[in-house]
Amino acid sequence: MTAEEIYNSLKTKFGDAILEAKLDALQPWISVDPAKTKEIALFLRDDQAMQFDYMMCLSGVDYNKDGKLGIVYHLFSMVHKHKIVLKAFCTKENPHIQSVSSVWGTANWHEREAFDMYGIIIDEHPDLRRILLPYDWEGHPLRKDYKVPEFYNGMKVPY
Amino acid sequence: MIETKTLPTSYVSQPGALKTSSGHTLRTDEMIINMGPQHPSTHGVLRLEIVVDGEIIVDVIPHIGYLHRCFEKHAEHMTNYQQVIPYCDRLDYCAAINEEHSYVLAVERLLKIEVPERVEYIRVIMAELQRIASHLIAVGTFGIDAGAFTPFLYAFHDRELILNLFEMTCGARLLYNYFWIGGLSHDIPPQFVDKAKEFCTYFKPRIKEFNDLLTFNEIFIKRTANVGVLPKDVAINWACSGPMLRGSGINWDLRRDDPYSVYHKLEWEPKVGKGEMGTVGDVFDRHIVRMREMEESVRIIEQALAAIPAGNVQAAIPKRIRPDAGEIYARTETPRGELGFYIISDGTGTPFRVKGRAPTFVNLSVLPEISRGAMIADLVLIAGSVDIVLGQVDR
Amino acid sequence: MEAFQNLGFWGTLLVTVVLSALPMVFILLYALVTIYLEMKVAAHVQDRLAYMRTGWHGVLQPIADFIKLLQKEDIISVAADRKLFILAPYIVFIGTYGGYAAIPFSSIFIGANIDLGAFFIVAVSSLVVVGILMAGWASNNKWSIFGAVRSAAQMISYEVPTVLAMIVGVMITGSLNLQDVVKFQAGGIQDWVVFGGPLPLLQKLLISPFTIVTFLILFVASLAEVNRTPFDLPEAESELVQGFFTEYSGMRWALFYVAEYANMFLVSAVAVSFFLGGWGSPFGSALSGPIWGFFWFVMKGMVLIFLQIWLRWTLPRLRVDQLMYTSWKVLTPFLFVCILGVGLILVL
Repeated sequence: MTAEEIYNSLKTKFGDAILEAKLDALQPWISVDPAKTKEIALFLRDDQAMQFDYMMCLSGVDYNKDGKLGIVYHLFSMVHKHKIVLKAFCTKENPHIQSVSSVWGTANWHEREAFDMYGIIIDEHPDLRRILLPYDWEGHPLRKDYKVPEFYNGMKVPY
Repeated sequence: MIETKTLPTSYVSQPGALKTSSGHTLRTDEMIINMGPQHPSTHGVLRLEIVVDGEIIVDVIPHIGYLHRCFEKHAEHMTNYQQVIPYCDRLDYCAAINEEHSYVLAVERLLKIEVPERVEYIRVIMAELQRIASHLIAVGTFGIDAGAFTPFLYAFHDRELILNLFEMTCGARLLYNYFWIGGLSHDIPPQFVDKAKEFCTYFKPRIKEFNDLLTFNEIFIKRTANVGVLPKDVAINWACSGPMLRGSGINWDLRRDDPYSVYHKLEWEPKVGKGEMGTVGDVFDRHIVRMREMEESVRIIEQALAAIPAGNVQAAIPKRIRPDAGEIYARTETPRGELGFYIISDGTGTPFRVKGRAPTFVNLSVLPEISRGAMIADLVLIAGSVDIVLGQVDR
Repeated sequence: MEAFQNLGFWGTLLVTVVLSALPMVFILLYALVTIYLEMKVAAHVQDRLAYMRTGWHGVLQPIADFIKLLQKEDIISVAADRKLFILAPYIVFIGTYGGYAAIPFSSIFIGANIDLGAFFIVAVSSLVVVGILMAGWASNNKWSIFGAVRSAAQMISYEVPTVLAMIVGVMITGSLNLQDVVKFQAGGIQDWVVFGGPLPLLQKLLISPFTIVTFLILFVASLAEVNRTPFDLPEAESELVQGFFTEYSGMRWALFYVAEYANMFLVSAVAVSFFLGGWGSPFGSALSGPIWGFFWFVMKGMVLIFLQIWLRWTLPRLRVDQLMYTSWKVLTPFLFVCILGVGLILVL
C-alpha cells in the first residue's frame, strides 16, 4: 500500500483522530491524536491490508517551537513490506501521549526512554520509570532548554 | 548472622509485602538476587535483578544506563554531520564499522548523493570483516559463559588478523572513523586485497575447528538446547533483529530485504535457525546462526574482493554537508541486528535530532520474556546469546 | 614403623609429628609444581605462552604468587560471621589432609596402616563439605551461599559413584587397606586392577571391560569431588565470581586453593592405588624399591592430574541439574552393573 492509501484508510476509519499528513516527504508521515494512539496502533497492526507488525523505532523529539514535543513511530510490515511513519504531538504544558506498549511489546522500553529524555508522560504504560538515567535524576536532558544541574546527590556535575 | 540491609531505590516497600521494581510481589519462598553491574561476564555494566524460587527464575528486571554517554545530545551540538561519526563508532565498539555504515547511509540518503561503486565495494568488504570480528567476540565470550575458556582465545587469535587488516587500511584497530559521508577517509593500500584473500583462505577451516571444539560438543549442546526459546510472534512483536530473529526461524536479513550498498550484486544467503538440536529459537540456534554467518561473510568478502572497480574514494565527499530540512530513518544489518538512525535536519549544518535505534537495546528488552522458568545458570547463557554490548544499549 | 617402638612417650610423639608432617611437605612442593603445570598446560591448550619472564619459562612464578599472597591485606567483611569465616579454610584443608594418612606413598611409608584405609579416606574427606558450607554461609553473600549449597549437593552426590567404584577394587583385591591393595597389584602392569588384577587369563579378559569402565567412572566422579570443570558450576561460574570463596582473599584464599590441589591429588592417589598399581613399578620387579615406589606413585598421580587439567580447559561446564542427573541416573547404574559383573566373574 502506498502512503496515500494508508492515509485514506486511516482517515475513513478514525476521522478526526488523524490530524495532518505530509505525504510528499522523503518518508511520508501521518500525525495522529496523542490520546488515541493505541486504537490506531491496534488497527494498523491487526488490519489485514496493513499488518504493521514490526515497530522499527519510536523516538521522542523536541521541536523547539512553542514548546512542542512529539513521538515519532516508524512502522514496518513484515508481511506486506510497506512502511509508514506516525507522529503524535503534545506540548510541554500537557505532555501526555497514550502508550502503544500493549500493541507492540518493543514500545515498552522505547517509551520509557522518551519519558526519560523528554518528560513525555506515557499514559497507560505498565512501568513508567527512567531507563537510561539514574532513577532519581532531575530534568529531561534531550529537551532543547535543558540546563545541566549543579549537583547530583552531593557530586558536582559539570567539571 | 545475616542482617537485612537497606533496600536499593528500585524497591517500593509496602506494608506487609515486598515488591520489586516492576511490581512483582515477593512470595515468602522467593529471593531477589542482584547480578550486579560488575560481574565477570564480559558483557559490560548491566544489572539484572532476578527473582528466584530456588534455582528457577520467576522474573528478571534488567537495569541499564550505566554506560549512558549522551550520544544524542552530543550529536545535536556538533558543528557538522561528519563530526558525529566517531561517536557512532563508540556506540558498539565491537562492530564500529557497521555503526558508521548505518549513519553514513542515512545522511547520504538525506543529501541524495550517490557514492562511487568502488566506495560501496570497499564498504561491503569492511563491513563483512567487521561482522566476522564481532561474531568472534560473541561466540568466544559465549563459550566462556558456558565454561569453555579455550575457544575464546582461538577466536581472538583470528580476530587479530582482521584487526591487522583494518590497521593497514585506516590506522586504527577498534574505532576507525573510516566511513565518511560520501566516501572513505583512506583508500585501501595495494597489499590489502592479497592479505584479505589470504585471511579468507586461512579462516574457513578455523570455523570448522571452532565448531568441533565448542558448538558440537555434547555438553555444550545439552546446556544450550531448548533454553531461552524465543517464539516467532514474540520476536516480531518485540522487534528483535539480527541473529535473534533469524535464530527463531524467520528468514529476514536487511542486506537482502531492505537492500543497501552492493549486497544485491553478490551471491550469498542469510542463515536461519532450524532447531537442529532442540526447539527453533533456542540459544543453540542463535549460536549456530552466528557461526554460519561468519562463513557467509567470508563468501561475500571473496566475491567483493574479486569485483572491486577502480575509482577515487573521495570523489563524492561534499565540501559542506548541509542537507535540506527533512528527516529520514535508515537501517542496516549490523552483527547484532538492525541499527537505525532517525535523523531530522533543519537545513543547517548541525543535525537537529539524531536518534540511534540500537539493536541490542531492543533485543535486551525481550530478555524477561524468554527467561521466565529457566535456571540461573541458563540466564547467563540466554543473556550471552542476546549478544549485548552495553555501549550500544545505553548509547 | 616397627623400628620406632621403643622410644618412649616423647620419642614416639616426636616421630609421629614428624611423620605426619611429611605429607604436608609433599603437598606444598606438589602444589608449587601443579600450579606451574596448570598455568602452562592451560596456556598451551589455549594457543598462547604463559609466564615467560620469572625464571626460565616462568618456573619461579608459583613462588612469586606465593609471596604476593602472603603480603595481601586480610579483609573480612563487616557483616561476615568472623569465627566461621576464619575456621572454614582450615576445616576444608583438614578434611583433605586427613585423607593423606591412609595413602601408601611407598612400600615403607604409609601414615597409618589401618585396615579400614579406603573407608577412612571417604569418611574424612566428607569434612570438606562441612567446610565449604561454612565458607559460603559465613561470607554473608547470596552468591556464596548459592555456590556453597550447590557444591555441597554435588560433592555428596558424587561420593556414591566414588565409593561404588572403590568397592569394585575392594572386591578384586580383598582388602580396604590401601597398602595391601597396592601390594596385591605388585608384579607389573598386567597385574593392575584396571586390567583385571592378578587373575587367570580368562577371568581377566572377562573382568577387564568392567574394571576399565569403573576406573573411568572413578576418574569422572573424582573430577566432581574436587569441583573441576566440567563440574565446576559451584566455583567458576560467570556470575558466581568464585562461588563459595568469593569473599576470601590473600592467605585464606591461598589455603582454599592449596586445599583444592591437595584434594585433586588425594582423589588421584586413591584412583591410582586402587586401579593403577599404586607405588608398584609397571615393569614388575625391575625399577622397584622404596624410592622407586615413591617415584612411580607420584608419576602416576601426576598423569591423572594432567588429565584433570587438560579436561578443565577443553570442556564447557554442566548445569547443576544435569550434573545431578549424571551422577544418579548414569554413573550409579553403570557401577551397579559393573559390581554385579565383577562379583559374578570372581565367584564363578
